[in-house]
Amino acid sequence: MFDYEQYFRREMMPHIWCKGCGNGVILKALLRAIHRLDLSKDQIAMVSGIGCSSRLTGYVDCNTLHTTHGRALAFATGLKLARPEVTVIVITGDGDGLAIGGNHLIHAARRNIDLTCLLFNNQIYGMTGGQVSPTTPEELFSTTSPYGNIEAHFDPCRLVEGAGGTFVARGTAFRTIPLEKLIAEGIQHKGFSFIEILTTCPEIHGRRNKLGTPAEMLQALAKTTLPTGVLRKTSAPEYTEVCEGIIARAQGRG
Amino acid sequence: MRYEIRLSGEGGQGIILAGIILAESVIQDGRNVVQTQVYGPESRGGATKAEVIISDEEIDYPKAGRIDLLLALTQEACDKYWEDLKNTGTLIVDSAEVVAVPSGGFATYRLPILETAREKVGREVVANIVALGTVTAVSGVVSREAIERAVLARVPKGTEEQNVKALTAGFELAAVHVNR
Amino acid sequence: MQGTVRLMQGNQACAHAAIAAGCTFFAGYPITPSSEIAEELARLLPRMGGKFIQMEDEIAAMAACIGASIGGHKVLTATSGPGFSLKQENLGFAVYTEIPCVVVNVMRGGPSTGLPTSPAQGDVMQARWGTHGDHPMVVLAPASVREIYDLTIQAFNLSELCRTPVILLYDEVIGHMREKTEVPDPSQFKIIDRKQSTSSPDAYLPYKGDEDDVPAFVRFGEGYRYHITGLAHDERGFPTQNPRVVEAKQRRLHRKVEQRREEIVAHEAFLLDDAEIAIFAYGVTARSARAAIRTARKEGIRVGLFRPISLWPFPDLELEKLAGQVKAIVVAEMNLGQLIYEVDRVVHGQTRIVAYQKASGEPVHPEEILTAVREHR
Repeated sequence: MFDYEQYFRREMMPHIWCKGCGNGVILKALLRAIHRLDLSKDQIAMVSGIGCSSRLTGYVDCNTLHTTHGRALAFATGLKLARPEVTVIVITGDGDGLAIGGNHLIHAARRNIDLTCLLFNNQIYGMTGGQVSPTTPEELFSTTSPYGNIEAHFDPCRLVEGAGGTFVARGTAFRTIPLEKLIAEGIQHKGFSFIEILTTCPEIHGRRNKLGTPAEMLQALAKTTLPTGVLRKTSAPEYTEVCEGIIARAQGRG
Repeated sequence: MRYEIRLSGEGGQGIILAGIILAESVIQDGRNVVQTQVYGPESRGGATKAEVIISDEEIDYPKAGRIDLLLALTQEACDKYWEDLKNTGTLIVDSAEVVAVPSGGFATYRLPILETAREKVGREVVANIVALGTVTAVSGVVSREAIERAVLARVPKGTEEQNVKALTAGFELAAVHVNR
Repeated sequence: MQGTVRLMQGNQACAHAAIAAGCTFFAGYPITPSSEIAEELARLLPRMGGKFIQMEDEIAAMAACIGASIGGHKVLTATSGPGFSLKQENLGFAVYTEIPCVVVNVMRGGPSTGLPTSPAQGDVMQARWGTHGDHPMVVLAPASVREIYDLTIQAFNLSELCRTPVILLYDEVIGHMREKTEVPDPSQFKIIDRKQSTSSPDAYLPYKGDEDDVPAFVRFGEGYRYHITGLAHDERGFPTQNPRVVEAKQRRLHRKVEQRREEIVAHEAFLLDDAEIAIFAYGVTARSARAAIRTARKEGIRVGLFRPISLWPFPDLELEKLAGQVKAIVVAEMNLGQLIYEVDRVVHGQTRIVAYQKASGEPVHPEEILTAVREHR
């Protein structure tokens, strides 16, 4: 049995996630990935924005930074540049990372800065009560799309690929072993790693749209028609290393 | 005594750089100086001015209001900026660009600054330095050594000779026309 | 050591002073009339081993600064009114999470894009109240190139000392003008670094104020593994809604700045000893006031200048004393009424307040102030 407790902040329990939420499954996969890589908790920083998934940072016993809505990648960029030796993992959601924070996502990808970004895609703004998000499928209902969603939804992976992301992957909260491996591979990748994780919001999104029980919703993830696994893996100069090169040049060393 | 110089032209002519060089030459001469500028929302095109206030006392108000010497390299700049020129002041305009020269009690010099840069020095981009030569010669407000040192300290490497030539041409231009 | 005398631009002085203060990180976004600060630091910082990054927007620049400060760097960002508005949310985050940072706002005409290359003093209240929620704010207002240098260092020192953002607020004229400046030798300044924790990782309470109400800092990655959140938090840094804990934090935030009042609050008094009329002005307007005063004195008018150097905290006590001495205070500002309300609050009817306000995109001319003074002598 994997000892999750070694990574938790017991004083922060119980967590705020609803019963049946997919976030806990992803958190466990993340912790196993960290364990698999034998990373020291002292050397990991987790940075998140605002939303259900972003509450994850509070629960993990490492250096954790819970920032403003949409800005986790921008805070993380400053932190990583300041402390390149720290492993920085960014936790965001579909509203946080693709709507209010979409600009930071494409630029983090473009810079190829060594951050690992996990985007929890549950297709809804859960924390604020179930408003439509950039990944809500067309025609589904939310508190702000009471007649059905009329907007096209984003494919975050293709967005990041277009922005030059060097590691792009998609996993699900249903297949947790492959997810664990994807996260580990993303953390190991030198450069910007983006992992979209399809997850569920049974309590708010599921009930409103009659998507079934939490278990049924998780099982439905397995039937996604979207490609999963590593979708793109290339190499390009990493931003913090390029910066070190600039410093060497400015100081007449390179 | 407070002495106010306003250099004007259009964006891209190096007016602000000329203001900076002039101000740096004043420091070489050991006096107090403040340099400010006004330009449009864009950094290129449109009327531009750089002002240099020279004094032996502390300079409080940093902008020019009662101009002792105005340089105008374009008609637009001249029209826009001449009104603050003192009656006892001096106006230097480019003789080709500024056709409608304002009249007043001030002394006016129409000098072929752009043409000199083009024909004598070989490049119109040094017109700002030719202009600096004329301004220095006409006003006598800084020494020739100081302005030359200031020019050399600011211009890009490899262009020193050309810029000194431009400055000299400016001095000569002033000598010819002012003595006439 | 002696400094050197040279022609220096205001924004350039800010960049050089930041380096002298120990700044090793700048994140910014281009905006007139502040861009020279970014441009200068893009050149200077790598030479010192520091980091420069131009972010994708103003919000990201503020965020990156806070992130780098959490990583242990002294950080700076620079902007103008519209960009300052965009930074406000994250500025509130820095206040609440007590992360030191210095933000420069070079004021231009506005609202909106307004007059990007012209001066104004319209962001005085934005500097104080621009971010959301209840918070203290430290805002310093230089009036010369040399003072930009000195106050940039002071801004870093105060930010590190109080673990709170400090705003350096000046107008386009002060930022863009070049003047003969004695650039001091950096070694003549006392440089303050944020207080480091001496407790063990297990005993560390990241949000427990010491006697000075400021908590000790540990940068990320040093084995202390703590939580920073913009949610209301307890001394451990963990979210809480406990009313007692929430209010205690709020009061400590204010108290840590109030405690340092004497170190922060500053003003200049120019020819005020025998003054019957005082001019209240800051930034470039104070320079015009000084010129007006020199002329007025020659005419036998007993007038002097009260120039706040710290706009926030406001020099209440000092101004109140003056209010009992003069028969009028002329408040000159490049806006249609901002700091005058603060003057009014402090003066509280003790003397007459006369407004001289200008919002044309041009600095106030000394003659204009002189006319106001002559009318109210």
